[in-house]
Amino acid sequence: MSKDEKNLSPERKAYLKKVRFLNTATWIVRVLILVMFFTVWEIAANLKLIDSFVTSQPSRMVRTLVNLYNNGDLFRHIFLTCIETVAGFIIGTILGTLVAVILWWSKFASRVLEPYLVVLNSLPKVALGPIFIIWIGAGPASIIAMALAISLIVTILEVLNAFLQTDEDKIKLVETFGANRLQVFTKVVFPSNIPAMINALKVNVGLSWVGVITGEFLVSRAGLGYLIVYGGQVFQLDLVMTSVIILALAAALMYQGVVWLQKRLTGEQIS
Amino acid sequence: MNKEIVNVIGVGMKYQSPNGEINAVEDVSFSVERGEFVSLVGPSGCGKSTLLSIISGLIKPTGGKVFIGDEEVVKTSHKVGYMLQKDYLFDWRTIYQNVILGLEIRKQLTPEKKAYVMDLLKTYGLYDFKDKYPRQLSGGMRQRAALIRTLATSPEILLLDEAFSALDYQTRLAVTEDIYSIIKSENKTAIMVTHDISESISMSDRVIVLSKRPARVNSIHDIKFDCPVRTPLKCREAPNFREYFNTIWKELDVHVEG
Repeated sequence: MSKDEKNLSPERKAYLKKVRFLNTATWIVRVLILVMFFTVWEIAANLKLIDSFVTSQPSRMVRTLVNLYNNGDLFRHIFLTCIETVAGFIIGTILGTLVAVILWWSKFASRVLEPYLVVLNSLPKVALGPIFIIWIGAGPASIIAMALAISLIVTILEVLNAFLQTDEDKIKLVETFGANRLQVFTKVVFPSNIPAMINALKVNVGLSWVGVITGEFLVSRAGLGYLIVYGGQVFQLDLVMTSVIILALAAALMYQGVVWLQKRLTGEQIS
Repeated sequence: MNKEIVNVIGVGMKYQSPNGEINAVEDVSFSVERGEFVSLVGPSGCGKSTLLSIISGLIKPTGGKVFIGDEEVVKTSHKVGYMLQKDYLFDWRTIYQNVILGLEIRKQLTPEKKAYVMDLLKTYGLYDFKDKYPRQLSGGMRQRAALIRTLATSPEILLLDEAFSALDYQTRLAVTEDIYSIIKSENKTAIMVTHDISESISMSDRVIVLSKRPARVNSIHDIKFDCPVRTPLKCREAPNFREYFNTIWKELDVHVEG
């Protein structure tokens, strides 16, 4: 490394230095914004510039967090919400991809079903909540159904669209070798669309969170969505704010997980 | 045995779409002898590629028939290998996995065939690259890999559909030379579609000039050069190359205006 550095031209060194400086500066400013935000919030609440009864304040949120932890409730709520999201996400992805495969396979089926998909796609899925509760019961199953309702149609449309945009000439190539429809799918359409499908996964993670939190708002007795709604009902803004921040962290972590998966899957092809 | 290996008899093709009918090919007849290299030249969009797809059995003509040997073409034949405009090597497969694609699809991945593929890779200098991915190869090498993918299924007839048009001019000349010598040394019959007159003259034994859409056979030219060893580049230097070029160019031009 040091040997390489010596061989670099002064211009290159200056450039690299600039890049490093920019990276460090970006990080410092990012952290500063966060620290400033919470500091100003805390101070303003202490000085009674804002009413901490409706805005809460960082020190009270930390106390709420510690209380939740001491009750043993904290991880139960986080765990439940995460499990529901992962379940909705995985089922939505697999089911959505399967339906997309069927619609790709049969042009007639996709022609017939197109208006239904359009209507279902534009329908606000929250409206289905009461139906799920009555049919499936007020429990995690309903919440997963809600997550599915929100993510499934989008997954189908995204994946189907990717399948349909497969390079015609690549398909022609395998057809010149006499490939049947199944071979066209397994040799060309599926492998060439792995990047597109991973992109659909990224969208799906976000949608599953929306579905699960919506579901928990409607029915649940536990989970982060429940904590938020409950906190709101008893006017405990400390609980609401704490839950929202935990939710933000959990969602960001899961998204990063998919990004990591994407790097691994596409990275393997390069090496 | 019959010397003629491909017989195209009165082939016509009308495409149907909601907006109307497109008459792409009309009453085209010609035949190709074993070991011959034949080019189809014509203005862009005249239906040349349609004609190749018909010969390969990818699409059914709306009129006429195509015979390969004594068999009528009704679906894609194992005797035919197709080369498309670009190499279309799959970037998620290694070079080796790419060249065995055809064998894989036909479920012919026998040890003998694998050995044959290895021989081809060795002969044409791609053996050391067999575990690399397409993006790690140059344009010329990729084209070679695409040809080996076609040769791996041991076709008797090669159909080249503007097979070099995606390459830049320098590479194109080199690749033409390369692919021509491989086709000749493997003793294959070839039918090439191109809009490049020079390319068709430099490679072919016969040039078939097609009219603009709907494609009909306009004229057929036998190409003969006096060079002792015939290669596309040598032909380009031959004195009668110009003459052939001018004749064919005029024929195409007349039809563009007409």
